[in-house]
Amino acid sequence: MNDAERGHRLAVLLPYRLAPPRMTVRISPPSAAILCFCAIMAASTAWAQSGPAMLSPLQVILKWSPLLLWGFGFNILISLLSMVLGTIAGVGLGLALLSEFRPLAAASWLITQFFRNAPWLVLLFFVMFLVPFQVTLFKTTIPLPDWIKATVGFALPVMANVAEVVRGAVRSIPSTQWEAAESLSFTPRQTMWLIMLPQCIKRMLPPWMNVYALVTMSTVLASIVGVSEMLTLTAQVHAAEGGRPELFAPLYGFALLCFFLYCYPINLWTARLERRYRVR
Amino acid sequence: MQAIADWFQRLYETTGLNFSVFYDAYDWDRYFSGLKMTLLLSVTTILLSLIIGAVGALLQGSPSILLRLPVNAFVVVFRNTPPLVQLFFFYFGLGTMLPAVETAGMRVPLLNNVQWAIISLSLFAAAFNVEIFRSGIEAVPRTTLEAAEALGYTRLKAYIHIVLPLAIRVCLPALNNNLVNLLKTTTLAYAIAVPETLYAVKQIWSESQNVFEMMVLLLATYGILVGILVWLMHRWEQAMRIPGYAR
Repeated sequence: MNDAERGHRLAVLLPYRLAPPRMTVRISPPSAAILCFCAIMAASTAWAQSGPAMLSPLQVILKWSPLLLWGFGFNILISLLSMVLGTIAGVGLGLALLSEFRPLAAASWLITQFFRNAPWLVLLFFVMFLVPFQVTLFKTTIPLPDWIKATVGFALPVMANVAEVVRGAVRSIPSTQWEAAESLSFTPRQTMWLIMLPQCIKRMLPPWMNVYALVTMSTVLASIVGVSEMLTLTAQVHAAEGGRPELFAPLYGFALLCFFLYCYPINLWTARLERRYRVR
Repeated sequence: MQAIADWFQRLYETTGLNFSVFYDAYDWDRYFSGLKMTLLLSVTTILLSLIIGAVGALLQGSPSILLRLPVNAFVVVFRNTPPLVQLFFFYFGLGTMLPAVETAGMRVPLLNNVQWAIISLSLFAAAFNVEIFRSGIEAVPRTTLEAAEALGYTRLKAYIHIVLPLAIRVCLPALNNNLVNLLKTTTLAYAIAVPETLYAVKQIWSESQNVFEMMVLLLATYGILVGILVWLMHRWEQAMRIPGYAR
């Protein structure tokens, strides 16, 4: 910004380079956790006018926390698997986007736009309802449980987002590098794999982690289509405790807290990497 | 209209592709009301989230920590938790705590599911908008603000008349992204039985047994809606462009 300021001393509005929206560290993670915890405490105590036989909301959470945390672990598992699947497919799609062969680039552009612009929930429904519950390959029947299908459903938008990330990162490398590689008689494929991608990994890491945080937060959608992950279990726990309405806020608050404690550090770390790897 | 209905009827009879919404008036009504609900959700949440975002960004830049801290906490919490859990927290958690009101002899909740969906989704999108507006405000040079101060603008007036108009122009691309995201997120209202497009379409396919065709229609619907929003935002971007400035 300083260089720009010196160059445009009289500009009314300086030429801008909008930094990608980033988290600003204004609340330290511990104090944020305390804040959340206090909020839940307040919610639990304010509505704990129950008789001696009934457990207070906090006790309910403590009692069921192993089950709920197991469900949360399942969420993490789904997010990790779909991230792996989506990244592999997305790198392929991203490279296809950059292909010199026009029809391939156009087709992959279409696929990317389609999966980026469709709502996640709709894609999830798409996979859940249109993929059979088992497939027969070479006379062996492979069952496809719901959560596998959900993983695939999340992998599709991840694929499209990662493809965009790959494309953006490769495009952000100065074109002179391509020329230099060409003059050193690298083939296009070698240029891509030996020169471009190694440099891109650094630039791709922060947006890739952003996508990961997005997937993690989306895994709860699987509860809508009947995968028994944290949110489903939360509803079941609520029913098991007699369906008292005052339990809703603490239980869902607990789910919020779990996701917050998982996603916030990832976001902070992403912001830090972004600052470190800032491209110019 | 009749020609379209006949064509889809014939398509069903010849190929088995059952786009029932286009020839069955009952299905069409459900689909159309779902579409209207999606539009209502999108428009209200977009407007509300823009307002909350702008106010939040103003508060975030204030000198008092008492104003800054709640906004920062709000942004941090809403950005890092799943929107669906937020929606459930609001609708089930807070919704059951609010007193019910008596209307026409029936006890109904103070806020119904549509209103909770609007509140929850707006807050979710607003958390992102605050950050986006902030990055736009940071791009407005200090000198401009100083000039406004020298001309006797108060902080609020300078924000409304000088900083915000410039900031909006700067952050339109990012805002565009977020609003498209918000439009896609309105499908979450399905989870609390708000009869929006996804909900209506699901009802149709469970009765007419045409999951595949309805899926295609659903994806096409959202594709078109996103397309319209992107087109409008581009138009707006063009209209707001400062002549001789920006790339």
